[in-house]
Amino acid sequence: MSGAELAEETRTLVAAGLARLADAPSSAEVRSIESELLGKRSRLTEMKAGMRDLDAEDRRVLGAALNQARTELEAAAAERLDHLAARERRAVLAAERLDLTEYQGRASTGHRHLVTQTWERLEDVFVGMGFTVATGPEVETDWFNFEALNLPPSHPARSLWDTLYLDTTDLDGVGDQQLLLRTHTSPVQVRTMLRAVREGSGPPIYVVCPGRAYRQDTADATHLPVFHQIEMLVIDRGITMGDLSGTIETFTKAYFGQELTSRLRPSYFPFTEPSAEVDISQPDGSWLEVGGCGMVHPNVLRAGGLDPEEWSGFAFGFGIERLTMIRHHVTDIRDFITNDMRFLEQF
Amino acid sequence: MRVTLNWLREFAPVEGSPHDIAEQLTDLGLEVGEVTPVGSALGGVIVARVLEVREHPDADRVRLVDVDTGDGEALQIVCGASNMAAGDLVPLATVGTVMPGGMEIAARKMRGQMSNGMLCSAQELELGDDHSGILILPAEEVPGVPLTEALGLSADVVFDLEVNPNRPDALSVAGVARDLAARQGVPFTIPTPAPVGSGPTLDGAVSVTIDDPHLCGRFALRGLGGVRIGASPRWMAQRLIAAGMRPINNVVDASNYVMLELGQPTHAFDLDKVRGAQLRVRRVRAGEQLETLDGVLRALDPADGVIVDGDDVPIALAGVMGGASTEISDTTTDVIVEAAWWDPQSVADTSARHNLHSEASARFKRGMDPDIADRALDRLAELLVQQDAATLRPGSVVAEGNLPERVTVAVRPARVNAVLGLSLDRSTMVDLIDPIGFTADTVGDDLSVTIPSWRPDSTAEVDVIEEIGRMYGLSRIPRTVPVSAHPGRLDAAQRARRSVRRALAGFGVSEAMPMPFLAPGDLERCGLPAGGLVLANPLAAEESVLRSSLRPGLLGAIAYNASHRRPGVWLAEIGRVFETGERGVVVDVAESARLGRVLDGERDQLAAALAGAEAPTAVELLDVVLGSLGIGPVVLRAEERPGLHPARTAVVEVAGLDAGMVGEIDPEVLDRFGIEERVAWLELELGALLELVAPVRRARAVSRFPSTDVDLAFVVDDRVPAAAVRTTIRAVGAPLLQDLDLFDVFRSESLGVDRRSLAFRLRFQAEDRTLTDAEVGVVRQAIIDEVVATHDATLRA
Repeated sequence: MSGAELAEETRTLVAAGLARLADAPSSAEVRSIESELLGKRSRLTEMKAGMRDLDAEDRRVLGAALNQARTELEAAAAERLDHLAARERRAVLAAERLDLTEYQGRASTGHRHLVTQTWERLEDVFVGMGFTVATGPEVETDWFNFEALNLPPSHPARSLWDTLYLDTTDLDGVGDQQLLLRTHTSPVQVRTMLRAVREGSGPPIYVVCPGRAYRQDTADATHLPVFHQIEMLVIDRGITMGDLSGTIETFTKAYFGQELTSRLRPSYFPFTEPSAEVDISQPDGSWLEVGGCGMVHPNVLRAGGLDPEEWSGFAFGFGIERLTMIRHHVTDIRDFITNDMRFLEQF
Repeated sequence: MRVTLNWLREFAPVEGSPHDIAEQLTDLGLEVGEVTPVGSALGGVIVARVLEVREHPDADRVRLVDVDTGDGEALQIVCGASNMAAGDLVPLATVGTVMPGGMEIAARKMRGQMSNGMLCSAQELELGDDHSGILILPAEEVPGVPLTEALGLSADVVFDLEVNPNRPDALSVAGVARDLAARQGVPFTIPTPAPVGSGPTLDGAVSVTIDDPHLCGRFALRGLGGVRIGASPRWMAQRLIAAGMRPINNVVDASNYVMLELGQPTHAFDLDKVRGAQLRVRRVRAGEQLETLDGVLRALDPADGVIVDGDDVPIALAGVMGGASTEISDTTTDVIVEAAWWDPQSVADTSARHNLHSEASARFKRGMDPDIADRALDRLAELLVQQDAATLRPGSVVAEGNLPERVTVAVRPARVNAVLGLSLDRSTMVDLIDPIGFTADTVGDDLSVTIPSWRPDSTAEVDVIEEIGRMYGLSRIPRTVPVSAHPGRLDAAQRARRSVRRALAGFGVSEAMPMPFLAPGDLERCGLPAGGLVLANPLAAEESVLRSSLRPGLLGAIAYNASHRRPGVWLAEIGRVFETGERGVVVDVAESARLGRVLDGERDQLAAALAGAEAPTAVELLDVVLGSLGIGPVVLRAEERPGLHPARTAVVEVAGLDAGMVGEIDPEVLDRFGIEERVAWLELELGALLELVAPVRRARAVSRFPSTDVDLAFVVDDRVPAAAVRTTIRAVGAPLLQDLDLFDVFRSESLGVDRRSLAFRLRFQAEDRTLTDAEVGVVRQAIIDEVVATHDATLRA
C-alpha cells in the first residue's frame, strides 16, 4: 500500500478511536482503549514498524499521519480522563450534601449587657473628645456625696435625693461619719480633683465618671433604686458657660446624630452655678430632657483643693439607663435588672 | 406651680401665644410641663330658668325638666338630679357644647324622652367640687345670657410650671409675671391693695409675742369683723381650681388666693376660739400635742415651732399647718389673719419630722420674702371686703423677730463674662437684672448689687452671674469647645475590663446585672457565711443587705430563666461586692474622708454561672478570661469552698495571688434555688487581676526550625493533680519544650485501683537550630525519670 493509503487508514482508525474514547464510561476503559489503539500490538504501532519498507516519500506521509494520529488520540484520552475524574469528584462531593438550613439558629455568642454597651459607647465618644475615665467607690461618706458638693448638713436640697444610709453600728473606725450609698456619681468629681492636686497631675482635668448610683426608690417602669450615671468634668483655666454649651453640643452630635441639637435651660443644682437642664431636640421638633449640667460651684472647687479664682470648670451628668431606653426604645427600666435571656440576647 | 395667663396679665401686659409664652418661661428656668386651656367649654353654657320638673314616665331616677332659655318657650331636658325647682336659674349646656371632659352635648332620646341639652353641676363646669346636684345660680341672673357673662368667668390658659427649689419667688403668680415681664420688656407692677377699715380697731384687742426671734422674723395680724362664711365668687373658684386647689369657703379661698398670687401663706384664726385673744410664738415644750387641721393629733417635738394661745396651749404648727381648735367654721364672725416669716430650716425640719407637707410649708422652707406679709394681709382683706364677706378692723398688730438682712454683693463684670463666656458691658448687665429686682450701683470697675428680698437663694457673686446668664438666655451664649491638653484614652485596666467582657461573650456567656441588694438569708441560701453591709433605711427587707457575693444574684437569674423555660443559660456579672469582715474593716474613715477609699472591702469581682455545664467548662472559661487579660501563671489548688461542690472546686492562684475559685455550685444550693441542672461556677477578684495586666504585651519570636512531637503516657494516682505532672514536665523540659498538651485521660482496672493514665503530647523546638533525635531523646528520658520519681508514676508503654 502506498503512504497515502496508509495515512488514510490512520485517519479511519483515529476517527473510530475518538468515537470510542468519547463514550468510554470509566477511566479504566479509557486506558484500555488507549492501549488498544496506541499500544505495542496496535495497528498504529504495526504501521510505524512497517515504515522502514516504504520509500522516502511514503515514509514521510505516513510518519506525519502517524504522529498526528497519536497526538489526537492521546489528547482525547487525556481529556476524557479529566472529564471522568471531575465527574467522580462531583459524585463524591454530592454524596456529602448537607442541608445548611438545618444548622441555622443553633449557636450564639454571649451578649454584653445593653447598659454596658451604652456605657462603653459613651466612654468612646468622650475619649474621642479628649477625656479620660475615672471611677470611685459606691459606698461613700456624707462628706463626698453631699458636703463637698456644696450641700452642707441640713441643706434643704438634700431632700432631692432619697438617700440610702448604711447601718454602721457594727463597723469599726467609722466614728461619727455617716456612710451612704452614693446618690450620684458626682463624688468622683471631688475625688478626682483631690487626687490630681495630690499627685500633681492636674488641673487641667478632662474626665468622665461612669458608675452606679443608688436611691431609696421603689422599682417601677421608669425608676430603679440602682442605676448608672455618667458625668463629665472639665477643670481648666478660663472655662466658660459657652465651653459647657459647646461641649454638650459636640457630644449631642457625636452620640445622638449630626442632625440633632441641644439646648440649655436654667435649673438648680447645689454643686453647679449657673446650672442648667440639657434638652436634646427630637425629630418631631419636641425637646427631650437628658441630664443636668452647670459651671462647677466655687465651693466644690474649694472642696477639691482648687482656687476658684484660678480654675473654673463645668460638669454634665445624665443617666445611662435613660439614654439607653431612648435609643433602643426600651419601655420598662426593670428589663435591665431582670436578666431575662429573652431581653439580654436581643443586643 | 400652676398659673393662668389672665392672672399673669394682672401684673404685666405680657404678650404672645400661649405656646410662645411657655417657651419663654421654660427658657427662664420655669419649665412648662403642660399648657391647658380652661373655660373654653363654657361658651355653650347659658342661664336657663326651670319652668317645671316632671316625673319621667319610664324611669325613676331621672326627671324631665322644662326650661326657658330666654325665648319663653319650654325646652325639655332629661336630668338625673332633683335639687332644682320651678323658678330656679340653672346652667344649661346647649346642644353642640363640648364639655371639659370632651363629651359633646347632642339632642337625643333618653329612655324614650327627648333631651335637648344638659343641666350642669358645679363640678361638670369645673367651677367646684360639688356634684351633688345642679348648680343653682343667683336669682337675679337672666335666662339666655351666657354663663361666662353671668358669673364673670372667662376662658383662660393654665401653665403648669416646674419650679426649682432655689426659686421661692416663682411659687407665686406675681413672681412668675415678674420674670416673664422682664424677658418681654414690659412693665411689671404689683397693685397696692387699699382696703378701708371700719368698726372697732384691732390695736389693743389682740396681742402677739415672739419668744424665739430666730424662729419667727415677723408676725403680722389683721382683724376681720362681721364675717359671713359662704362660697367664694365663681371667678375666684375658677382660678383656684385652675391652680389645682379646691374651693372651700370665702375666707379660706381668699387666703389661698393670696398665697398663689403673692406667695405669702396666711392663716385665719376664729378669734372667739383664741383664748385670751393672745398669740405667742415659741418652741415646743416636752409632751405638748396639737390636733392639726387635717384632723391628726400630733405629738410635737421640742424643735418644732408653735403658736400658742393665752393659756399657753399650742393652736398652730408654725409655718406648716393650723390647729383644729381655732379653725373657722360656718358660724365664725370674728377672724384674725396672720402672715409671718418663719425660719426656713425650722419649717423644713418640722415638715419632715411630721411628714406633713403643705402649700404653706413648701413656701416657708424655701424662704419667704420678708417684706411681703403686710401686703398679703391687705390684699386678703381687700378681697373679702370687695366680696362683702367681712369688714376690715382698722389697725394692725405686729411682732418682730430676726429677719434676714438685705444682702449686697460685689460683682466684677469681668468675672461675669469669664464665667458665662460673653462680652457684655456693665450697663447691659445692669439692664438685664434690674427688672427682676436686682438693683446695681457702680463701685469703681465693679457693681454693687442689692439682692431683692424675695430671692433668699442669692447671696454671692456667682448667684448674680447666674441671674445675668438666665435673663440673657443660656441658649444665646456662643458655643465654644475647650481642648484638653492631654489625649483622651482608656487606661490599661479599663481596656482589659472590656477585653474580659468580650471574651465572656465570645465564650457564650451573657452579661447579667442583678440588683446588688439582698434579703437577709440570701447568702446563707447560697451556702455562704452571713455578712454584707446592712442598710439603715431600706425600703423593703428584701433589699436591706448590700451583697458580699455575686452568687445570689446570678443563681437567682439562672432560676428565673429556668422557670421561664430557658435552661442552660450562661450568665456572668462584673460588679462590686461589699464586705464587713476582716477585709472590709472601714479604714480610718474620719481621716480618709477627704482622701481615699472608704471601705477596704468594696471590690470589683467577676462571677460566671454556667447552667447545664460542669466544672471543666468553668475551667475553660477561666483560661479564656485570663487569656484575654494576658496574665499568669495560673495554678489551680483543689480546695473546698463554702457553697461549692466539695470535690469539684479549686482555688485559682494567679501570679501567686489567691484570685478566686472555679468549680461547680453545691447541688444542695441548687436545690434551694429550684435549679435542676448542674451549674459551673467561676469567681475572680477582677479588680486585683486588672492590676496585674501589663500595658503592653511583648512578642515572643516564633522559631523557624522544625519541631519534634513526643507522646508520653504516665499512670499516676488519682490524687496526683494533672497540673503537678504538667509542672514537672515543663520544669525538666525547659527550654526546648515549647508546647504541652494533655490529650487523653484514661481510667481502667488494668491500671490499678485509683490510678489513671495521663497522655501528654510534648512538642520540642529550638529557636536557633533543628533538634537532633539524640537531643530530644536526652530530654525525653530526663522528663520520664523525673515524673516517675516525683509522682510515683509509671510510663505506659
